[in-house]
Amino acid sequence: MSTQEQKPEPDTEPEEPESQEAPVEQRAPASPQQRRMQRKASNLAERERQAAEDEAKLEGDTVHLKVFRFDPEVANKQEPRFDDFHVPLERGMTVLDALIYARDEYDSSLTFRHSCRQAICGSDAFFVNGSQRLGCKTQLSELDQPVRVEPLPHQEVVKDLVVDMEHFYDQMHSVEPYMQQEDLPEGDLAEMRQSRENREKIKMSTRCIWCGACMSSCNIAAGDNQYLGPAAINKAYRFAMDEREDEEIKEHRLRIIEQEHGVWRCQTQFSCTEVCPKDIPLTEHIQELKREAVKKNLKFW
Amino acid sequence: MSQSYNRGLIEDFGRWKEFSAGMWAWIFHKFTGWVLIGYLFTHIAVLSSALAGPEAYTETLQGLEALFVVRLLEVGLLAVAVFHILNGIRLLMVDLGIGLDAQDKSFYLSLLITGAIAVASVPTFMTDVGF
Repeated sequence: MSTQEQKPEPDTEPEEPESQEAPVEQRAPASPQQRRMQRKASNLAERERQAAEDEAKLEGDTVHLKVFRFDPEVANKQEPRFDDFHVPLERGMTVLDALIYARDEYDSSLTFRHSCRQAICGSDAFFVNGSQRLGCKTQLSELDQPVRVEPLPHQEVVKDLVVDMEHFYDQMHSVEPYMQQEDLPEGDLAEMRQSRENREKIKMSTRCIWCGACMSSCNIAAGDNQYLGPAAINKAYRFAMDEREDEEIKEHRLRIIEQEHGVWRCQTQFSCTEVCPKDIPLTEHIQELKREAVKKNLKFW
Repeated sequence: MSQSYNRGLIEDFGRWKEFSAGMWAWIFHKFTGWVLIGYLFTHIAVLSSALAGPEAYTETLQGLEALFVVRLLEVGLLAVAVFHILNGIRLLMVDLGIGLDAQDKSFYLSLLITGAIAVASVPTFMTDVGF
């Protein structure tokens, strides 16, 4: 208590103008705030120096891209091949940035999907150095060179890095990814409330951006074209676990996912969980739906 | 639109260096499972030599145990069985939803324990081995 009363230090205020002129070293035991600001300023200077150094180091550096090329409309390009691009490196450059540079500066026929460049639209999933990644979310600095960029495996290639996503979308739609609750609360503007706990439970599963990386990485989906795939099952989880839907609707959802090519195809290789750019615990969700399906079928009463 | 291009199965064994822990666990589990099924048949074959009398049975077993290759295969069989059991427990945990974040660590751990048990069993299996 007593220390608090002593705290008001009137002498710091008048010192302020003085300290600005005086050399910083002499005034080292200044107020905590001054020391903090001093430290921050020196940290900032250090950071800026570091950044400038990095920039200088990158000057003249290039990244070697090997990009899968295929064009069914040009006779000479119907045979798939790899093209090499040497793109000048910049700080914080992503795979997508490099591809955009290559397209704009070297070869305008290079084709790939991209839109938001911030891992939200989910259109730029590629097979980079042997694993499915979002181009806009993958830093070139964390990849070994040459960086091999290929279209997503197990999907038909339409052109260059563009794959046919139709089958993936079909699977996503087959789990009925929309709210089906019919008993709505009374009243004109009544809200349908969800508890915080329930929101937390389905939080990760709502983050899917439909990029198709998981489906492409899944060994089972590669062999069994009818398998729903991790993304679709995750979508089913998002609605089946939502408490705002009635029990009958949940049972209807479980009937969809427990079919022959549903959850039981999953053999827990964790490939999908490994590649998901939004860190959705896909395997965990699939396993939980398996348990829910069993529980539903064990109800004898 | 003209035709698209089917690249077929990309993640074949040529890419084994890029496989992750979960993938390896799956491959090893399949492999050890098939080995154990194969062993079951040879096991029944050896045991059924007892149908020809106790002497035949003893003779068959002693004959087999005298072979160095058989001793080596026994160590291998133990390793295969131990891994299949440990990874089976790991998969059981995965099915129950326990510790899914540590699934890669539990795979490495089961590999480690398998290796340790296989090495520790060598003195037992290799006693009085005739070449």
